[in-house]
Amino acid sequence: MSTIPVHEWTLREAADRIRSGGVSSRELTEAILGRIAAINPKINAWVTVIPEKAMAQAAVFDEMQARGESAGPLHGVPVGLKDIFCTKGIKTTCGSRILHNFVPPYDAAVTERVLCAGAVLLGKQNMDEFAMGSSTETSFFGNTLNPWDPSRIPGGSSGGTAAAVASAMCFAAMGTDTGGSIRQPASLCGVVGLKPTYGRVSRYGMIAFASSLDQGGPVTRTVADAALMLGIVAGHDRRDSTSLDLPVPDYDAALGRDVKGLRVGLPKEYFEGEGLDPQVRAAVDRALAALVAAGAEAVEVSLPHTEYALSTYYLIAPAEASSNLARYDGVRYGHRAEGTSGLIEMMSKTRAEGFGPEVKRRIMIGTYALSAGYYEAFYGKAQKVRTLIRRDFDAAFQKADVLLTPTAPTPAFRIGEKTDDPLTMYLSDIYTIPCNLAGIPGISVPCGMSSEGLPIGAQLLANHFREETLLTAAGAIERAIPLPRVAPFKG
Amino acid sequence: MDFEAVIGLEVHAQLSTESKIFCACSSKFGATPNANACPVCTGMPGVLPVLNRRVVEFAIRAAVATGCTVQRRSVFARKNYFYPDLPKAYQISQYELPIALGGHLDIEAGGVSKRVGITRIHMEEDAGKLIHGGSSAGSQGSLADLNRCSVPLIEIVSEPDMRTAEEASDYLRRLRDILVYLEVCDGNMEEGSFRCDANVSVRPRGQEKLGTRAELKNMNSFRNVEKAIEHEIRRQVELIEDGGTVVQETRLWDADRNETRSMRGKEEAHDYRYFPDPDLLPLVIADAWIDELRQTIPELPVPKSARFTERYGLTIYDASLLASVRALADFFEGAVAAFGKNPKTTANECIQWKDAILANAVSVETIGQVVEDRETGLISATAGKTLIEQSIATGKAVRVLREELGLTQMSDTGELEAVVAAVIAANPKEVEIYKGGKEGLLSFFVGQVMKETKGKANPKIVSEVCRKLLG
Repeated sequence: MSTIPVHEWTLREAADRIRSGGVSSRELTEAILGRIAAINPKINAWVTVIPEKAMAQAAVFDEMQARGESAGPLHGVPVGLKDIFCTKGIKTTCGSRILHNFVPPYDAAVTERVLCAGAVLLGKQNMDEFAMGSSTETSFFGNTLNPWDPSRIPGGSSGGTAAAVASAMCFAAMGTDTGGSIRQPASLCGVVGLKPTYGRVSRYGMIAFASSLDQGGPVTRTVADAALMLGIVAGHDRRDSTSLDLPVPDYDAALGRDVKGLRVGLPKEYFEGEGLDPQVRAAVDRALAALVAAGAEAVEVSLPHTEYALSTYYLIAPAEASSNLARYDGVRYGHRAEGTSGLIEMMSKTRAEGFGPEVKRRIMIGTYALSAGYYEAFYGKAQKVRTLIRRDFDAAFQKADVLLTPTAPTPAFRIGEKTDDPLTMYLSDIYTIPCNLAGIPGISVPCGMSSEGLPIGAQLLANHFREETLLTAAGAIERAIPLPRVAPFKG
Repeated sequence: MDFEAVIGLEVHAQLSTESKIFCACSSKFGATPNANACPVCTGMPGVLPVLNRRVVEFAIRAAVATGCTVQRRSVFARKNYFYPDLPKAYQISQYELPIALGGHLDIEAGGVSKRVGITRIHMEEDAGKLIHGGSSAGSQGSLADLNRCSVPLIEIVSEPDMRTAEEASDYLRRLRDILVYLEVCDGNMEEGSFRCDANVSVRPRGQEKLGTRAELKNMNSFRNVEKAIEHEIRRQVELIEDGGTVVQETRLWDADRNETRSMRGKEEAHDYRYFPDPDLLPLVIADAWIDELRQTIPELPVPKSARFTERYGLTIYDASLLASVRALADFFEGAVAAFGKNPKTTANECIQWKDAILANAVSVETIGQVVEDRETGLISATAGKTLIEQSIATGKAVRVLREELGLTQMSDTGELEAVVAAVIAANPKEVEIYKGGKEGLLSFFVGQVMKETKGKANPKIVSEVCRKLLG
């Protein structure tokens, strides 16, 4: 047996050990549930934990194992899901009061695929309300703390997911990324977060924030684990018209590939701006040095429309959100305001009570951007700039196979530090947003620690459906820069 | 002053596909409330629409049949508004880029032919239905039935090319006939599967500029559309003549009071904030598919009617009446083809028994055999009617009934000559008067023969035989 504690195993180690009979799914699930019971009250990474269901499911997998059957590559391994993926019979809140009591009668495609692969679902992870935020401070269920330093935020919106993986409260989890919501918290929590190409993973049953930008992806402690999860969740789904019908490559094969000759592009605009913490810059430089040392070639590239990405995003995402969130009206499910008379009052009060301030802010921005007389100037213009940003990447990928950038401008900031200043908060996603606008895949991989002991991540971006390149390059950085996989948080 | 009305129609036709436009729920009318509803059509969190291919097929067929140009690329857009019968709080429709543009329909009103332009056809989903408190036993507030949510519709928008209520109603009938012919819509106005809104304005005759229009809603029959438009034209003209001005508004037709009423307040200037639906990719239609569907378009009412007059010598009235309903036209041609007898008589029978034919109560054989037997003189017209009635009532074949009821006519000349001879012999006085020049007495002899034969003799042959034997 390994000398490292059970909960610190990687996803692959956990799956291998169950498969080889070294440990049962029940033992593993019990150990992790114990870990959640001890740590979660301090970190608040989970909105819902389902110990009974998880143990019952683990028992089923153990019985299968005893009969010599395997449910799939994750057979018996406990995992988590961001509370944005619908789970049949299990409350799915999206971090919002308006869905605080919503129990879906269906599973999201991601939920199905993870469960079909044999995973034991432990529960649902905390997040910014409707995935709108970069710190998990907008959740109706309280903020999540960063396990590396509980006075700091874990990033967001998949902050519960990243914190749970970083503090070993699960072996892997699925998050979603609309403008950086997987990569930024992964960076701030010292774990790996991969946002696949738009259309690679089905959005069916994933509660929509901004439909043209949302994409589900894994948060894991190693690059190899991210590859394993991606292989499970990727693929065409007829229920999502924007999901692409392309074969899913063998992502494992990408892990061992050499980076020799790989052209690593450095978008100059990402390193020029103010606000990039020198420690982050230095860590990303070390990641580049690691790639170059392994035979990659550094090239400078330009993404000239980068400066417009944030404003473009903050028109398109709220516009789509204002429409996507209109269905929460108290009529059919979720929160309904009491003591109202008449339809309009019921709907207005339900929404006034049900949504938090950040969600309301974005609904208002989006409603305005789509209004008659403003549509062309705002939404229409933003769509045009979006095309220019996509073309920037097309041009950059002529010169480079992969782009290397910081994931976030700074390590984790303090709780409450930016809550009064939405614009500063929005800047946390400045390096991650263009990737969503272009629909390309991106990954954040740990590449250093700050002097205060906070994790720093490097972001790699590749062309559409080139997740393999991301895994190859991220694997090389991971091997060259060994870092602790689990936060030392003791609870 | 002499005023002219300008009328444009917006028709919503429910497509008769098996399932809804964006999910697999049944789109059948009349199911238990909320039985035909799923997470997708009830707008649950995270679910996504998937376009029903059959809906596009039906829309293309309607577009081709109305001379529209099917667009290679069209885009679904969200029309955003809050209402409890709209679970997503937006209706998926097509806005800037609809599936079809620029068609036409030829109408005929008051004996004048005219071409009415069709601006566009777009696809969209229907909303649900609210049942308000009191109308359902034990309900306090309002109840939502989401069965109709996401049932597929096409909206067909005409150019403002009509000038009278009669023209509007003729356009509407012809459009409905075509859609029913194509089997893309059942055309039922009462159940709401064929709905019409009318934009009506008036202007002094000769003036180019259009007057301010009112949009009329809530007309659930052809008659009501005509009455509502007539009323609205009169209202606007009187208003202007009294020195008033028409305001742009939506008005509801009240069929009980025979008047239109303003919907003031309810339909205040809505900003629907249309934008392309990011959940659905632009719809790209290959020319090959359009061509393939073009081949499936049946002969439509107008050309069919022309062919009926040409080929069968029917009157224009009979031909267009038969051609207006595909099942009736097919029945008529089936009967002519199978029995090959007098198309005019066949047409008359088809028109007379139209309702029974459309209710599938009468077979091609029934009508065909009756026409045939009438042609060959085996039965009289009266007997034919009796036979069809009896056949409908009993389900028996007409030729079985003919024998059972003894309705076969005596048409054998030899046989009848004997009877006529006997009648002549028995009535010498009348023979004398007849021969004296009072030929009107022929009917007396025919009557006597009919009496002798208990009405079974073919009166036409009897009168010929009588004339011959009476010299």
